[in-house]
Amino acid sequence: MKYMLMMNAKRGKGDWAVMSWPEADLKAHIRFMKDFNKELTRSGELVAAEGLASPGEARVVRARKNGTPEVTDGPFAEAKEFLAGYWIVDCETTERVYEIAARASAAPGPGGVPLNLPIEVRQVMSAPPVEA
Amino acid sequence: MSEGCRSGVGDENLLRELAPQVLGAVIRRFRDFSAAEDAVQEALVAAATQWPVDGVPDNPRGWLIQVASRRMTDHLRTELARRRRETLVVSQAAPDEQLAPAPDEDTAIERDDTLVLLFMCCHPALTRSSAIALTLRAVGGLTTAEIANAFLVPEATMAQRISRAKHTIKTSGVGFQMPGRRDRAERLAAVLHVLYLIFNEGYASSSGDTLQRTELSSEAIRLTRAMHNRLPEDGEVAGLLALMLLTDARRQARTGPDGELIPLDKQDRTVWDRSAIAEGIALVSKTLSRGSVGPYQLQAAIAAVHDEAARAEDTDWPQILALYGLLKRMSDNPMVALNHAIAVSMVHGPRAGLELLQTLDSDARVAGHYRLDAVRAHLLEMAGDHEAAIARYHAAAERTASIPERDYLRSQAARLTSHTSGT
Repeated sequence: MKYMLMMNAKRGKGDWAVMSWPEADLKAHIRFMKDFNKELTRSGELVAAEGLASPGEARVVRARKNGTPEVTDGPFAEAKEFLAGYWIVDCETTERVYEIAARASAAPGPGGVPLNLPIEVRQVMSAPPVEA
Repeated sequence: MSEGCRSGVGDENLLRELAPQVLGAVIRRFRDFSAAEDAVQEALVAAATQWPVDGVPDNPRGWLIQVASRRMTDHLRTELARRRRETLVVSQAAPDEQLAPAPDEDTAIERDDTLVLLFMCCHPALTRSSAIALTLRAVGGLTTAEIANAFLVPEATMAQRISRAKHTIKTSGVGFQMPGRRDRAERLAAVLHVLYLIFNEGYASSSGDTLQRTELSSEAIRLTRAMHNRLPEDGEVAGLLALMLLTDARRQARTGPDGELIPLDKQDRTVWDRSAIAEGIALVSKTLSRGSVGPYQLQAAIAAVHDEAARAEDTDWPQILALYGLLKRMSDNPMVALNHAIAVSMVHGPRAGLELLQTLDSDARVAGHYRLDAVRAHLLEMAGDHEAAIARYHAAAERTASIPERDYLRSQAARLTSHTSGT
């Protein structure tokens, strides 16, 4: 079963709050993410993982009536949280997926304290249909 | 196929057939499953590049064993040198003396190696996904890249899954031998389950490159057939092979031009594969006449009844109902109970089926499952209660994790909605 794990983070002034952390904490956070992805590859569960550019760089696109793109610049004042990155994992059980999500949630923040960010867990629509 | 070098289909089939025999021979000689598996993969790749150019050697199996053994010797020599560097311990015998290739072993043992390997790769100590990956690579002779493509995961992830599986086999002390008489039945059931899962993954593929994934079904059929050839007396092996053939025969009719699901009663039966159906029916008739009946044989028998009907309305539902009755008694599986309820409805009317479904509402294994809602929706529609049917179709569409299934359920609801508002 494949699941997408989405990490939502608060933004700072259009940028990730993480940018204002002390260098050592930032480095520890980055190291954690790298090790975490390596660990998921080693366990044979990683399908994909990406981190996203800062919310200040976000654009919203809508199609105009003639189908051409209408691009709106951020930042979007109404949104307090942004998708910071995601993982897609292929696991045998949901218990294991929750375990992985909890590890991601506990990524180290300032002073090495776990961030405990909410990780949204969504199943990827890849299950086979059942033969009637 | 990820490798363009596999040009000759004939060569490819030959390689797949030989892969487990060669691996078995190399494991027997060197007693190291993990390293032998790597060496055989290299020999297979070498054959796939060289044979189309130089022609297939007179003794292809001997050729592969020799190349793989040479790789093993190289590997062990490197390993030895490394250890020597690390520990300064000098081996007493030269590696060449230890590892001189033995003459080609006799065919009877080698034929059995495929079976021994299957038992090893489907060992209960492995997780399902590991057993599937290892079986496809070690017994099926697929490359890691091909398996990764089929399961839509990166090659590095699949490589790790396979290497972990090999490690588990190494540490759990699973030997390269047939399981003893005592746990033979249980181990055989594990092998059949893995083959069934491989088949289903390909047959019911709902995402990715369909062509690539249907190959999993043919691979599962090929492996099950190989198993049946070795254990012709086993009813469940024959039953599983028959079930796969009888199900796979409907593949072309099962989806529409846009990949949408077409249920059994709406399928164009003229495109069903008649020769696969004939083979499946012959297999299941032969095994059922022998007496000892198991779940795969019963499922195959049910598939055979469906396949025998020229039109959906010709389906012999009383016979299907009797078969589900037997199956239900044999296995406490709520999915069987669901299908049983459908058969009851077809024979005794939808209200009788709906009554049976009520008992499943308290079964935690299926209570929240979309299939229960989907079946209930179908039976409510049969009973003429369209409003309730629409609600159940929606509920089922919300819970399924399969896109074609979701689309199918939504379109059923939409059809009923427009039908209801139009009248």
